[in-house]
Amino acid sequence: MALSVDIEKKLGNFRLRVAFETEGGVLALLGASGCGKSMTLKCIAGIEKPDRGRIVLDGVTLFDSEKRVNLPPQKRRVGYLFQQYALFPNMTVAQNIRCGVRDRSRAEAALRDIIPAMHLEGLESHRPAELSGGQQQRVALARILVNEPQLLLLDEPFSALDSQLRFRLEEELRHAIGRFGKSVLLVSHNRDEVFRLSDDIAVMNHGNIEAIGHKADIFADPVTRHGAVMTGCKNISAVERLDEGRLLAVQWGMELRSPKSFGEAKYIGIRMHDICPAAPGETENVFACRVAEELENPFSVTVMLRPKGKEDAEPLGWELDKALWASLRGETVSVRLPGEALLPLEE
Amino acid sequence: MDWFPLLNSLRIAIISTVIIFFLGIFAAYYIARIPRAIKGILDVILTLPLVLPPTVVGYLLLRVLGPKRVIGSWVLAVFGIKLTMTWWSAIFATTVVIFPLMYRTARGAFESFDETLAYSGQTLGMSNTKIFWRIRMPYCRQGILAGTVLAFARALGEYGATNMIAGYTPGRTATISTTVYQLWRTNDDALAFRWVLINMAISAVVLLAVNMLEKRKRRAG
Repeated sequence: MALSVDIEKKLGNFRLRVAFETEGGVLALLGASGCGKSMTLKCIAGIEKPDRGRIVLDGVTLFDSEKRVNLPPQKRRVGYLFQQYALFPNMTVAQNIRCGVRDRSRAEAALRDIIPAMHLEGLESHRPAELSGGQQQRVALARILVNEPQLLLLDEPFSALDSQLRFRLEEELRHAIGRFGKSVLLVSHNRDEVFRLSDDIAVMNHGNIEAIGHKADIFADPVTRHGAVMTGCKNISAVERLDEGRLLAVQWGMELRSPKSFGEAKYIGIRMHDICPAAPGETENVFACRVAEELENPFSVTVMLRPKGKEDAEPLGWELDKALWASLRGETVSVRLPGEALLPLEE
Repeated sequence: MDWFPLLNSLRIAIISTVIIFFLGIFAAYYIARIPRAIKGILDVILTLPLVLPPTVVGYLLLRVLGPKRVIGSWVLAVFGIKLTMTWWSAIFATTVVIFPLMYRTARGAFESFDETLAYSGQTLGMSNTKIFWRIRMPYCRQGILAGTVLAFARALGEYGATNMIAGYTPGRTATISTTVYQLWRTNDDALAFRWVLINMAISAVVLLAVNMLEKRKRRAG
């Protein structure tokens, strides 16, 4: 259950260059739209042809530019869940699923298994246009699962759905992934979705993988500025190294210390919820700040802060509990940026 | 009344429509997949018969199919068959004239097709032939049907090129359109008018069918 990808493809000015390996589980490709996530999936499925490189799935070479191997999509055994699900509109649910069964003599048995498993009872003779978004997704997944692929590709699986539906469908998708039990590649730009569904994360930007690793490690150390943005870090500033290990966060107008190595870092970041109120007696990374703005979220508050006397600094966002903010509220507030929460970021 | 012209017109139109149904669809399918520069040139060549006067088409056909011309003389020498002045010679004329109608409507229909459906079929292991007939064609059926009916209607009314390559021989090559001309020329006004009415009735039915198909298409879309 291993996938190894190392491919290059040029499309006008855009250059896709991705290399990664996965040993099973769910790997998420996290990146903004247009970063090459979907193109990577299409190359693996055989819908697009890379200019150079190799794709190997479970020891089977799907593509190898040097050995001139390029298996057609039909022979790759890669299940692809398209953004809009790509159900055949002229066929019923049952006919759609039957299209996925490779061994025709097993079609009826496969249908009998998958329809209750994907909660599609009673919908067999409906056409895709008559189904809700969630039902369409289940049909598409059923059609892929009866196809018995060796790898599952999920392209923005929730982008076609209302936000209320998403959460419930995520649960269902998790079940389907569990039922599938083999390697899964998930493409998404939603960090919450990615964190909940995946084991490992690869952060993509401009056709490159900037960071790859276990999801907790990627969120703890997103490596690049883009990685920080994609994992939801809102506070990012250019950084300069001063003497005695002091760091200057240029846009925030703050001098900071961190136990982390900022060797090659060009930027410094801190997540909005990692900032904390300064306790009496603390002095390191503590700043008296003026409140520039207060934004109320449904269950929290975001306070925009500027260090006192630095009126042209870029405000720093701090997200905290409503009750906590009620107890601290004032025109100025003293906060601490914990050194271990500071993120060293490359370009 | 001699019904031969009706029978002859119908069989010519039906046979050429069947031929063009496949030719037009496959041309539309494959030309959509070739490099843009060549596509532009081929597109012009394949659409040309739509705008050329039918007499020009007839002239060009005679230049290649005539008994003393390249293909015509070869077929005559090898098979002993003359390609012109038989009832089925008109099929050459109608086929060339209606080809662009089928080709262009099929192309328009294929362009509206969501390629993701084909990709999804491929990843599920469906053969490209199966994807074509079970997914692409049903998806585009309204446009293709409308194109077919339109091509049939046009084939039924073809006069210029047919007249040049098949001529007018009563009971052998006469079609409705050539018969109307002949009757008018010989002052048989009453009979000519009858054929005109028959022709108009058939065409009206065909156009009605096109309209109904397009209405259904709009409702479906």
